[in-house]
Amino acid sequence: MNVTDEALAKAAAQGDRAAFSVLVERLYDRIFGLSFRLTGSRAEAEDLTQDICAALPTKLQSWRGDGKITTWLYRITVNASRDRFRRRATHAKAAEGWGDWELARQADINESAERADWLLEAMCALPEDLRETLALILDGQSQSDAAKVLDISEGTVAWRVSECKKRLKAIKEAEV
Amino acid sequence: MSDDLDDLKRALDASVPTPDADKKAAAIALAMKNFDRAQESTDDTRQTSDRPAGGLFRGVRNMFANFSTRGVMGATTALAAVTLMAFIPTMQGHMPELPGTPVQQVKAPEPEYSGGGLLSVQSAGQGATSAPMMIARDAASADLATAPRPAPSQRKMAPANMYSGGAGNSGVLLSMPQAESMPIINDRPVMQEADTEAFPDADANPIKVTAEDPVSTFSIDVDTASWSILRNSLTGGVLPPEGSVRIEEMVNYFSYDYPAPDDGQAFASTVGVQQTPWNADTQLVHIALQGALPAERPPMNLVFLIDTSGSMNQPNKLPLLKQSFRLMLGQLSAEDSVSVVTYAGSAGRVLDPTPATERETILAALDNLRAGGGTAGQAGLQQAYSTAAEMAEEGEVSRVILATDGDFNIGINDPEELEKFIADKREDGTYLSVLGFGRGNLDDATMQSLAQFGNGMAAYIDTLAEAQKVLVDQLTGALVPIADDVKIQVEFNPATVAEYRLIGYETRALRREDFNNDAVDAGEIGAGHQVTALYEITPVGSPARLTDPLRYGETAAVSDSDELGFLRLRYKAPGEDESQLIEAPISADQAPLADAQFAAAIAGFGQLLRGSDYVTDWNFADAISLAQSARGEDTYGYRQEAVTLMRLAESLSR
Repeated sequence: MNVTDEALAKAAAQGDRAAFSVLVERLYDRIFGLSFRLTGSRAEAEDLTQDICAALPTKLQSWRGDGKITTWLYRITVNASRDRFRRRATHAKAAEGWGDWELARQADINESAERADWLLEAMCALPEDLRETLALILDGQSQSDAAKVLDISEGTVAWRVSECKKRLKAIKEAEV
Repeated sequence: MSDDLDDLKRALDASVPTPDADKKAAAIALAMKNFDRAQESTDDTRQTSDRPAGGLFRGVRNMFANFSTRGVMGATTALAAVTLMAFIPTMQGHMPELPGTPVQQVKAPEPEYSGGGLLSVQSAGQGATSAPMMIARDAASADLATAPRPAPSQRKMAPANMYSGGAGNSGVLLSMPQAESMPIINDRPVMQEADTEAFPDADANPIKVTAEDPVSTFSIDVDTASWSILRNSLTGGVLPPEGSVRIEEMVNYFSYDYPAPDDGQAFASTVGVQQTPWNADTQLVHIALQGALPAERPPMNLVFLIDTSGSMNQPNKLPLLKQSFRLMLGQLSAEDSVSVVTYAGSAGRVLDPTPATERETILAALDNLRAGGGTAGQAGLQQAYSTAAEMAEEGEVSRVILATDGDFNIGINDPEELEKFIADKREDGTYLSVLGFGRGNLDDATMQSLAQFGNGMAAYIDTLAEAQKVLVDQLTGALVPIADDVKIQVEFNPATVAEYRLIGYETRALRREDFNNDAVDAGEIGAGHQVTALYEITPVGSPARLTDPLRYGETAAVSDSDELGFLRLRYKAPGEDESQLIEAPISADQAPLADAQFAAAIAGFGQLLRGSDYVTDWNFADAISLAQSARGEDTYGYRQEAVTLMRLAESLSR
């Protein structure tokens, strides 16, 4: 890429429409990729990505312009996915096990083809903080970048990654 | 990253789906709309907010993509940024100059992401069926917040523009005036991002040693899509994807001066032998078929099956399609009838069978087509076929014409079942042709195989001029079949030919035993169609021979014939089950066919584009001079266009 994402983002924040267009075009797949890793569902990832794209023009005004735009954007993505999971959890409680939540769950099960392999399933079983960390690492972020995205120390990232490995192993063994 | 996570990463990477092009386009359109709104509300010094989101920015975006991926310009950041600015006025002449926004640090308020996150949620008391989600940060996004979002279970079925704000973005094009006033008759359609395009993955035919494998069998191919895709790529400034280059389709795109068949014959086959332009020590065997052009064509029943999914909503797709069909209507008569079935989300018949002379009714139905929604390909196809069955009468030709950008996914759970369905209908006498429009998610491979199974042709329409060629000039050929399951088998004589190689037809190879098996499907020839096949042969004793003769292998062939080989050709008259056989020897002193040089130039051009090893040091310049010298009369200018494209390819390949 000849023009960096950061230069485009700055120009876009200044109101350069063409730059913004190029930027969104470039970033869509990346946001979608992380969203998928975070949620394990294509439909969820599509919705999440659309929401983020829609809010990006306004959000961009609050980008400080230091560091990588992807770090900043990934933080937004992680936050948005957290909100989604929380909303779901609220539904689950309100519906007391059946009703809407069950319908949604059934729909998810029907999407199991898109839900990919056991890894995604297993990731859903992890606690939120571990899942987010793993999703970022599996998306190709370095531990230091992941630390910046999550606003935690690198040491914490390293600990979480090893914790993830332990738990995934446990899940795998429990299945066998 | 630690090593044992690498496997997991790979596994997950492989399962991350490709983003859906419709969803992506919708999201980006929404982002652009919100961007414009944000500009209006936050800053009135810029004049960027009220410009239509036309092809301009797509073009710029593509330029960026093309520059950066192809390395056409080894530009620095600054240079590329300047290029972006410079292109904008060029592409839209009447536009006021764009303010050259200086890139500088943004003085922004504190980031907001640490608090409530991007999406504030009203969670209490929402059912899963309508869970409005507030993006409540800014008035700019207010319209987002008001539209209900479909529940996950419904989402699959919901058309793209049901998404919050989606109606607005798809409305941009829909509200534009219809075809007449839309100037898309250009030579340079804006090319879409090649994000989900699929091309068949076939390796070039290898050299065969005659002594080991003397028989070559293939099905004929009258498609021309490859040439149009190539033109579209080159005029868009990139070399075409290698998989999209099918040499036989390139050669068959052009018309040649072949001898016409005798009265009562379906077609004439002729063979010529000439010097290979790219290798002085080999020869080209040129096989030419010329289909008969009946004086009167039978009445036709045409069912247009039109893809109106959201991705068709671009000037070079649905509007071009409407214009193309408008052109075609002029060629139809009162005996012909037309029906229109659309598929998008749900399939529907929008025009009952109507005589082709009722232009107003048909044009009104076409004009009412709107793009939006997903693609329910299979349901649409079934409805189109049942409509065709309804219209069918004795002595008439029924054909379903599928017009799509190739986004033919929703509703097809089982491609094999779909192919079987099409093949069954073919047995019933209904043919299927596929017209491809636009780029971006063109599924060339699926188009190809659908047309192949439906005994039809696949053409790719990128300009109105191409529509003129396919749907007006060659309409009868495209729609009236004169021979089905046409197979060619050539047996080479090991006494005269050491090696041979079929140029192109990679996706059409047949097994040797398939030739005599009438149950095996092959390509059809339409009225007036021409088919050209080229073999490059290395005569025995030629220094160009690439393989050494075996020392302990079979002794030299016993035949004392000096023929190069023997041509066998099988075809069925339309609707018949038993094939007929045509045989002819290929003698070494056969004269070159008319226009043979031009066909060879195109075949050489195709091999250059595919990066073939066999053309050695022959290059684009050689192809250009050969094509120039063999241009002939060229009434319609197609050959001149070929030379122009060769020159473009030459520049782009440097």
